[in-house]
Amino acid sequence: MAEALFWPALFAYGEAVLAYASPRFSRLGIWGVRIGWLAQTALLAVQAAGADGFPWASWAGSLNLFVWLVVGTYLIWGCRPNFRLLGLSVMPLVFALFVAARIGGGIESGDRSHYGNLFLVLHVGFVLAAFAGFTLAAGLAGLYLVEERRLKRRASDILRLKLPSLVVLERLTMRTIAVSLPLLTLGLAAGFVRLRERGGGVDALMAATIAAWAIYAAFLGLRPTGRSGAHLALAGFALVIVARIALAGTHF
Amino acid sequence: MRLSLVGISHHVAPVELRERVTLPLDRAASLARKLGDAVCLSTCNRTELYIAGEDHRPALSSLEELAGEPLQSVAYQMHDEAAAVHLFRVSAGLDSLVPGESEILGQVRDAYDAVRPGPFLDRVFRQALELGKRVRAETAIGESPASVPAAAAALAQQVFGDLTGRRVLLVGAGRIGELAAGSLSARGASIAYVANRSPDAARELAGRFGGEPISLAALPAKLGEVDVVLASTGAPATLIGAGDLPARHKRPLFFIDIAVPRDVDPAVADLDGCYLYDIDDLEAVVSETLAGRRTEAEHAERLVALEAQRFKEWRASLDVVPAIASLRARAEEIRAAELAKLAGLPDEERQTIDSVTSQILNKLLHLPTVRMKEAAARDAGREYADVVRDLFGLEDELG
Repeated sequence: MAEALFWPALFAYGEAVLAYASPRFSRLGIWGVRIGWLAQTALLAVQAAGADGFPWASWAGSLNLFVWLVVGTYLIWGCRPNFRLLGLSVMPLVFALFVAARIGGGIESGDRSHYGNLFLVLHVGFVLAAFAGFTLAAGLAGLYLVEERRLKRRASDILRLKLPSLVVLERLTMRTIAVSLPLLTLGLAAGFVRLRERGGGVDALMAATIAAWAIYAAFLGLRPTGRSGAHLALAGFALVIVARIALAGTHF
Repeated sequence: MRLSLVGISHHVAPVELRERVTLPLDRAASLARKLGDAVCLSTCNRTELYIAGEDHRPALSSLEELAGEPLQSVAYQMHDEAAAVHLFRVSAGLDSLVPGESEILGQVRDAYDAVRPGPFLDRVFRQALELGKRVRAETAIGESPASVPAAAAALAQQVFGDLTGRRVLLVGAGRIGELAAGSLSARGASIAYVANRSPDAARELAGRFGGEPISLAALPAKLGEVDVVLASTGAPATLIGAGDLPARHKRPLFFIDIAVPRDVDPAVADLDGCYLYDIDDLEAVVSETLAGRRTEAEHAERLVALEAQRFKEWRASLDVVPAIASLRARAEEIRAAELAKLAGLPDEERQTIDSVTSQILNKLLHLPTVRMKEAAARDAGREYADVVRDLFGLEDELG
């Protein structure tokens, strides 16, 4: 059943990737995102119903959940035509990560984890929700840099291929990080509580996540604006990518 | 019924002539009523009379009377499909000076509402208004600014989003600068300061926008307090240099320099958070958006062609509709006369016969009705209608 839901979701995300490439078809892209997200929601529900415990404890399983959270967060703004370029940058990443989750066995019903369900929901759920928010913030920051560069270069097509304004992009980046950082803090806190109870050391993934937390905390503390703010948000996201992709094998 | 059009527009007549025949809405409506079933569309770029009927000469005479000279050489005269297509293109904004401008659709609606024409013109104008709305909904023809002042305001929105509460410093009291200031003001920005070489001109313009007049010497001190600087003086050298800018914490500053020679040092554009557009940049943006409008205009022309086909089919059906109505009336008359002969029958039996004969009549006339409408669609409606009138002796009824 989960397998049967994976393909419609992947097909819809793929359709969104292609449709976003042309302004004329961006509406179809938004529908691809919506339909894909609903199919993936059903997939997660099937996984949850069939699993004996928290079904996304594995690296690939958590990637599946992460993709769903990224798309869900994206849908909050992504339905606006001005944010088409955001979809153009986020959806290929979503598509690739979803395929990676499938190859890693992330859409199968997971084995029972040796961790408790409450801990996994708090730790994995919060950390992944925060990472999804940071992914969107990075997309918005990237969009800011593109628009800022076009304004600086006085691109003559700037009003034909409209993006959201600099002030709006800056504000949304700030808000997304402001919502995501507390979630990461809670997820990390749950991890540290367990670490204290059960013992164990800080691995590379945890170190990268803590570094990302520090960068985003600095972002909220300093509230940098303009290009420096966008660069800081992207620096934090680079660490999220390192933690999420490169170092994942050291933690699960 | 024929549709006729007589008019002049910016395509064929100079402004000196157009301004003589331009009428306010109430006078345009009076003229239309004087001509019978007509609509008068009068704007600064065109005065057109749409008439339901064959004879357009009174309309042309009325325009000539207004112009005070013969208009045969400049006025266009169109009929039927050509006139309808012209109206469709006008309401879609395709015949405007700036393709896609939206004001014309409202002007067509006002002209139509002012007279509420007969059924024929009513149908044509409703179709044109629907098409105008559809073109603006389904194409991006009217989305981008088409003038330098509008482009300046739209670019400011690309930096700040909503301009409500944004403060503007107006440097110089030139005409284009004033128009750009009006465009910014219309989008919510407030004109905080007006700086000009002449204190009187600064005071006058500041009073109009509700701002404060300042001297050119006070410029650097005010740069830290505003979001947009709009410069349009005739000064021979730059008035604002990169060194004049105070450290601006966390706030972008947008410069619009439409002066020639330029008022703002180009080095300002290199400063972090500062964006500068001069007149060439703005004209390039406008040119690009107009190119975009032309691309969208091709899409809009296809929509016009579809409506033109619908109009053609509808108008052709008008050739056969009276014949169909007469035929059905004649058949019904015969049926009623025959039923009257059965007056002695019980009511129940009469009702049964009434129902059966009515069904026979409908089935018998269904195919000829369909065939006549099909013939109308391929421009053979009039011939079919004549044949039907001849076969069933309907001429007298029509007469």
